[in-house]
Amino acid sequence: MTPHLMLFFVLAALAVGGAVSLIVASHPIRSALALIVVMVALAGLYLLLGAEFVAAVQIIVYAGAIMVLFVFVIMLLNAGEEERTNVSRLAGTAGIPLAVALAGFLAAAVARSTPVTATGAAAQGAASTRALANLLFREFVYPFELTSFLILVAILGALVLAQREK
Amino acid sequence: MFPLREDFLRVLPELVFCAGGTLLMFLQPFVRSRQAFSSLALLASAAATLSAGFAALTPGTAFGGLIRADGFSFFFHLLIGLVVFLVVLGSSSYLERERLAPAEFYALVLFAAAGMGVLASAQELLTAFIGLEMSSISSYILAGYRRDAIKSSESAMKYFLLGSFATAFFLYGIALVYGKTGTTVLTQMGSADVSDTVLKLGLALILVGLGFKVAAAPFQVWTPDVYEGAPTPVTALFSAGPKAAAFALLLRIFVMVPAATQLWFWAFWLLAVLTMFTGNLGALVQSNVKRMLAYSSIAHAGYLLVAFAARSEIGVAAILFYLLAYALAKLGAFTVVGHLGGGGEKHLDLEDYAGLAQRQPFAAAALSVFLLSLLGLPVTAGFFGKFYIFKAALHSHLIWLAVLMGLNSVIGAYYYLRLIVVMYMREPREEAACAPFPAAVSMVLTICVLGTLYFGLFPNHVISFALSPGLFGR
Repeated sequence: MTPHLMLFFVLAALAVGGAVSLIVASHPIRSALALIVVMVALAGLYLLLGAEFVAAVQIIVYAGAIMVLFVFVIMLLNAGEEERTNVSRLAGTAGIPLAVALAGFLAAAVARSTPVTATGAAAQGAASTRALANLLFREFVYPFELTSFLILVAILGALVLAQREK
Repeated sequence: MFPLREDFLRVLPELVFCAGGTLLMFLQPFVRSRQAFSSLALLASAAATLSAGFAALTPGTAFGGLIRADGFSFFFHLLIGLVVFLVVLGSSSYLERERLAPAEFYALVLFAAAGMGVLASAQELLTAFIGLEMSSISSYILAGYRRDAIKSSESAMKYFLLGSFATAFFLYGIALVYGKTGTTVLTQMGSADVSDTVLKLGLALILVGLGFKVAAAPFQVWTPDVYEGAPTPVTALFSAGPKAAAFALLLRIFVMVPAATQLWFWAFWLLAVLTMFTGNLGALVQSNVKRMLAYSSIAHAGYLLVAFAARSEIGVAAILFYLLAYALAKLGAFTVVGHLGGGGEKHLDLEDYAGLAQRQPFAAAALSVFLLSLLGLPVTAGFFGKFYIFKAALHSHLIWLAVLMGLNSVIGAYYYLRLIVVMYMREPREEAACAPFPAAVSMVLTICVLGTLYFGLFPNHVISFALSPGLFGR
């Protein structure tokens, strides 16, 4: 096993473990902290793939800015422990085996398939910052610009749902 | 490859929708008149519908193959534009009655429409994903627009949680398909190895994600609660707009990607049967009219999936025509329900419709036309919709599907006719209120009735357009 591969498994285990504890934790702050672990582990995976820029953005934007906002909101709302209902217990007993089955199924399929040689975007080495910029601002400029409208919708929605009654 | 003039022309409807939504947001702090906002939203949706014509005049791909303007996207742009126009027209009196802010509402409707437009013309999966999210996120917020009503919040919450879950499936599917084919452009997936398990899984996950959006069983669980809790004009939009757009993307993938054409057949067969029975059997036991119509819209998704399973050109034409007929009938029906619901949407029960024909003959007649169209009776558009689906199914030798669909139409007849009987045969209850219909709502109903009858008598224009060989720009 190469060090590269070992590092991959360590990071992957961290990401999956963080994601599981995010769901299991009953206090929102613990969930938020678990999410930070997931974000950082993902950034490590991007680094392993040679995508330095994406890894840096992942740390700065997600692990940094967005998580600060999450924690801030949780503190501001003073959110307490989650309550477990009968339905959520049922979802656990039925959902966990199904989720494990789906994950196993996917893993088996991916493990058995032959790797493909990438064409198009990936073949140009999308990992480097220059290639990424070319992809974002030339090839995929239309969905990129649409994303700004998507964010505008989200902002508008937050305003609509959170504003005070007149 | 800097975007050219043609690139912008081919996405003009989306640009107009987005510009309209943004303009509404800008004007919101300065303008006080409700009238101004609804006029602006009407203008924007009319302009976007017309600009679909510009896009159709210069057919071809845009932005390096991410978007394709062809007959297919032209049809869906017209349909979405019409739906949005009618929803905006029919919702102004509702918003006033429920004291809801108009500018944000219309802006969200227009942004949702832009997302649906993207779905109708995208031929690349990432672009389609952004379109799907634009339409979905606007929808989640619109579902919870009546913030003082607990049902509306419940609707938004359920829609958001389950919708995000489905989106994750869709996205994972895209990732797997990309991993196997090395591309997200639909036209470049032709050479993919169909027998590969990863590709199968990817396509299956995409189908799950989109199946949720079109409310196909077993992914339909959210539909009754969301449709019932959302403000009724929003329910009207949900049942006609996003559903048609998601069907458009599903159809484009199904037709353009050979692997999907092969692999999805049995999935569609099974989904169609499940969806038809879940919808119709669920609708049978409802006493709430809004909820009954929600179940009926599940059933109609099932009929549409029958046409998918036919895998033929006549099947495609049947889908397009059915979506048009269905949109007109559902929009009209929900508009009536929204108005008769009264303040706070209290009068949604079957009993509240007793003797409607005596109190409000016009509304009762219009609602009957819509219900008969949903049922598929001759002289209404719904008849030819069902007729072409039957024809497509028989043409492809799907005898069993056709039989099951016929059986379901009979089940459906029970609850559609029951409502008509209640409206015409029962005596009205004395305390029933009798609010007159505002002019705008009457106009919406008139357009829907005329459209339903017109396409019920002359379906040929739409069908021959949908059968034309250049539908997908080939």
